[in-house]
Amino acid sequence: MGGYGLYVWGSFGICAVAMIIEPIVLNARNQKIRRQVKRQGGQW
Amino acid sequence: MSMVNWFKYASPASFYPLAGKLIPFFSAITAILLAVGLWISFFMAPTDFQQGEGYRIIFVHVPASWMSMFIYCVMAFWSALGFILNTRLSGMMTQALAPTGAMFAFLSLVTGSLWGKPMWGTWWVWDARLTSQLILFFLYLGFLALTSAIDDPRRRDKAGAILSLVGVVNIPIIYFSVIWWNTLHQGATVSMTKAPTMAHTMLMGMLIMALAFWGYTIAIVLKRVRCIILEREIASEWVKKNALE
Amino acid sequence: MNLFSTIYCMARRDLTLALRHKTEILTALFFFVIVVNLLPLGVGPDPKLLSKIAPGVVWIGALLATLLGLPRLFAHDYQDGTLEQLSLSPRSFTLIVLGKIMAHWIVAGLPVVLITPLLGIQFNLSGPIIGVLMLTLVLGTPVLSLIGAIGAALTLGVRGGGVLLSLLILPLYIPVLIFGAGAAEAYRAGLDMTGYLWLLAALDLLALFFAPWVSAIALKVALE
Repeated sequence: MGGYGLYVWGSFGICAVAMIIEPIVLNARNQKIRRQVKRQGGQW
Repeated sequence: MSMVNWFKYASPASFYPLAGKLIPFFSAITAILLAVGLWISFFMAPTDFQQGEGYRIIFVHVPASWMSMFIYCVMAFWSALGFILNTRLSGMMTQALAPTGAMFAFLSLVTGSLWGKPMWGTWWVWDARLTSQLILFFLYLGFLALTSAIDDPRRRDKAGAILSLVGVVNIPIIYFSVIWWNTLHQGATVSMTKAPTMAHTMLMGMLIMALAFWGYTIAIVLKRVRCIILEREIASEWVKKNALE
Repeated sequence: MNLFSTIYCMARRDLTLALRHKTEILTALFFFVIVVNLLPLGVGPDPKLLSKIAPGVVWIGALLATLLGLPRLFAHDYQDGTLEQLSLSPRSFTLIVLGKIMAHWIVAGLPVVLITPLLGIQFNLSGPIIGVLMLTLVLGTPVLSLIGAIGAALTLGVRGGGVLLSLLILPLYIPVLIFGAGAAEAYRAGLDMTGYLWLLAALDLLALFFAPWVSAIALKVALE
């Protein structure tokens, strides 16, 4: 990267990290609420 | 008549399955565009004669900045719609958009600073564009803080809508004032003129990356709005019957 | 006239109430004086440097002093139910809110303007610059109260209201800060500053037109 490696990979890296973490966090949130719905459905 | 009845989808119960169907579609588009965009950014786009390889940061920096501004406008659009039509979905959409907008604003600031260090020799300059991007990030934080502090969903929706509309009216004024301030204090500016003729492939790569970010935003926002819908409507009949299918 | 009598009655009532708790007015004022006076202790006593940064410091002090009183703008009336009664009155709720905002400005903004000459002397500012600074404060502080009312209405009765209010409102104060401090700065540099004053006046008109209306909507949301 002609001496710019740290900056270029740093930029792409932080974007990749953010755009991977966000779906993971959201999946966890989704699982949690679905579990709640299921539990409630059982009581129903 | 092939008129779609848009109002049908304004109810969370009918939007929920629609969003579920759209998510895989937009995820696939995002994956393809991201692959093409990254390939252009690293293999096709030539090395810049002034900035060397360092300029490749624009392939994530510019799309992230665009998305952060665009998402705020979309939030204001949903807020206005919520006020005019009084639909519940609007508030949920606004709140589903905000975290991703804040994330892109943050990414724009970080990548901008990573670009600035090798180009201008400093992590941060009080340039008009950087400063207004920072203020946009603060506006997102304000919105997130307000909506997470209000417990009652109806009030949360309305308060969030008012704040995002006030914000969108103020953004041009803030932007203008920051430019004004920047021209007064000439000392702090660094010349940021880009290469006058941006190579065709560069522009192409940037657009494709921006479209990829756009697809990502749609997919993730639909996913988040589905979570919000379930959280809010957990007690309702349709959730118990249909939501888990 | 009905229009002015609504504003006047409301402002007078709030002022009477505020004068019964004089400490609140004095707290905001002393806060302003202390914040501005801490600065030389932070950056050193060099008179040239101090006179250069004085307008900005006075303006930031004014922003913070205005913020200090904002959480209380609607809180008392909200707690004892007065606000709900007012919102149901046949008079325009927007004008009632405007009256309250004017009272807030007289209590929080005006004292700041009046004490500025004293601070100007401490910061080695010349007479004309102090005059310009006071003029920008007279034009700018009403905008602070007006925009602040929107934030106060949005955070009414919300957890952590005070801190939240600052987070919402401070970014919106930026144009006022830039034009206000900029005018004094431009005058010091011998540049034309009428542009800044017009822009501040334009912000005044915009805020005067929209802020009471938006605040009234936000208050009705809070009262629902």
